[in-house]
Amino acid sequence: MSAATDSKSMEVSVWRGDADGGEYRDYTVPAYDNQTVLDVVSWIQQQQDATLTYRFACRVGMCGSCAMTVNGKPRWTCRTHVNKVTRGEKLTIAPLRNLPVIKDLATDMDEFFEKWVKAKGVHEPSTGRHDPMVPVDPASKNRITASEGIECINCAVCYSACDTVAANPDYLGPAALQRAWTLVNDEKNKDANTVLDAVSQSGGCHSCHSHGSCTQYCPVGLNPMKAVAGLKRATAFKFWRKRG
Amino acid sequence: MIQPHRSHSLYVFFLLHRVSGLALALFLPVHFYVLSLAITDPTSLDSFLKLTDIAAVKIAEALLVFLLAMHLFGGLRLMAMEWLPWTDWQKSLAAASLALGLCTACLFLLSVF
Amino acid sequence: MLDVRLYMAQRISALVMAPLVIGHIAVMIYAVQGGLTTAEILGRTQGSILWFLFYGLFVLAVSVHAAIGIRVIAGEWLKLRGFPLTVFSYAVFFLLLSLGLRAVMAVTWS
Repeated sequence: MSAATDSKSMEVSVWRGDADGGEYRDYTVPAYDNQTVLDVVSWIQQQQDATLTYRFACRVGMCGSCAMTVNGKPRWTCRTHVNKVTRGEKLTIAPLRNLPVIKDLATDMDEFFEKWVKAKGVHEPSTGRHDPMVPVDPASKNRITASEGIECINCAVCYSACDTVAANPDYLGPAALQRAWTLVNDEKNKDANTVLDAVSQSGGCHSCHSHGSCTQYCPVGLNPMKAVAGLKRATAFKFWRKRG
Repeated sequence: MIQPHRSHSLYVFFLLHRVSGLALALFLPVHFYVLSLAITDPTSLDSFLKLTDIAAVKIAEALLVFLLAMHLFGGLRLMAMEWLPWTDWQKSLAAASLALGLCTACLFLLSVF
Repeated sequence: MLDVRLYMAQRISALVMAPLVIGHIAVMIYAVQGGLTTAEILGRTQGSILWFLFYGLFVLAVSVHAAIGIRVIAGEWLKLRGFPLTVFSYAVFFLLLSLGLRAVMAVTWS
């Protein structure tokens, strides 16, 4: 089956290469009214070039594994319709920015998740399994703030969109910091101060310039810029308390 | 400089803030040097100040006032975002800070011409 | 590029400067009417403790603020890191502070 036999076709540029470099390669694929960027990538891999490497799992916007750079912007490709992101121009698909490429469209996510750990984004329980359950009021201010960030699917779109990460490789990035802010507000997390100290180091929340690209591109509509601002406020207050 | 993922207003406001700050920081040593002429060489300071009669110099001064005012109001917006309770209209506030900067530069132009 | 101490120094110096910048702009808009002369500037500022304190504080705050700002730009755009970056930041700070205080002395002292 070749694209030429289809009534409509479209041109797609896909980045091919590995950690040592690479280039864009052009493909002609069938154009359908309803198809996602991930559909296009899958069609190329299944019909034209079986060596194309990419990553996906759920196809319904839950697992966060299929993010790529689509026409210069980071997107979750399984929920990105081709005709919503191109206005007649060619479709260009590249791996996520700010992460090392393994091969073609698959990036190495290790440093992204290592920064979550570095930001103390790991839940430390305040009580053990034999302690009585501490009730949490879902309407409390802290719980509402914590809940704002918990739907993160770890897709690294914000990390890839962030120009502070691009300029400063030590910067923990919006996703890890949003996770840290969630834990600061989580009453069942043992010690908020440990988290605040972790994000006060060089490369922590104070490196953020509020470009707002994280919030602009977050596919699930979260607001990491707001979370980072929250961390800046909390660490500033802590800074005064320590001296007061 | 403006890559596709940067084509949204808050990134442009960041760029304005950074470039204005950098320009002001580079201007400061010159500004300080010229003022210190007041004791070392008052006549050359006076002939330097005469330059401000030229229209192009007045416009350049207004540009500096714009950079300063915009950096001030833009910076106040950032600090309000970071330290005051969150508001969802950050883009409107950023636009307002730019407008205030422009107004200040216009005020300066009105009084210098 | 910034830890919490540098961040606080940056923000506090900014807050200190906010009213000073507004005052500075107001004086500028007032003073440029009818042109500037050395005599006019010195007539306003010379021997005034108030202007000395106003601009002395201004120079101190701007030296801190600009040095940290330039530090971030040098780190992000010129990829300066570690010890050289620290030396560079202090150099900017002391350069601005010395030139600035000299200018303040020139227009307010004697």
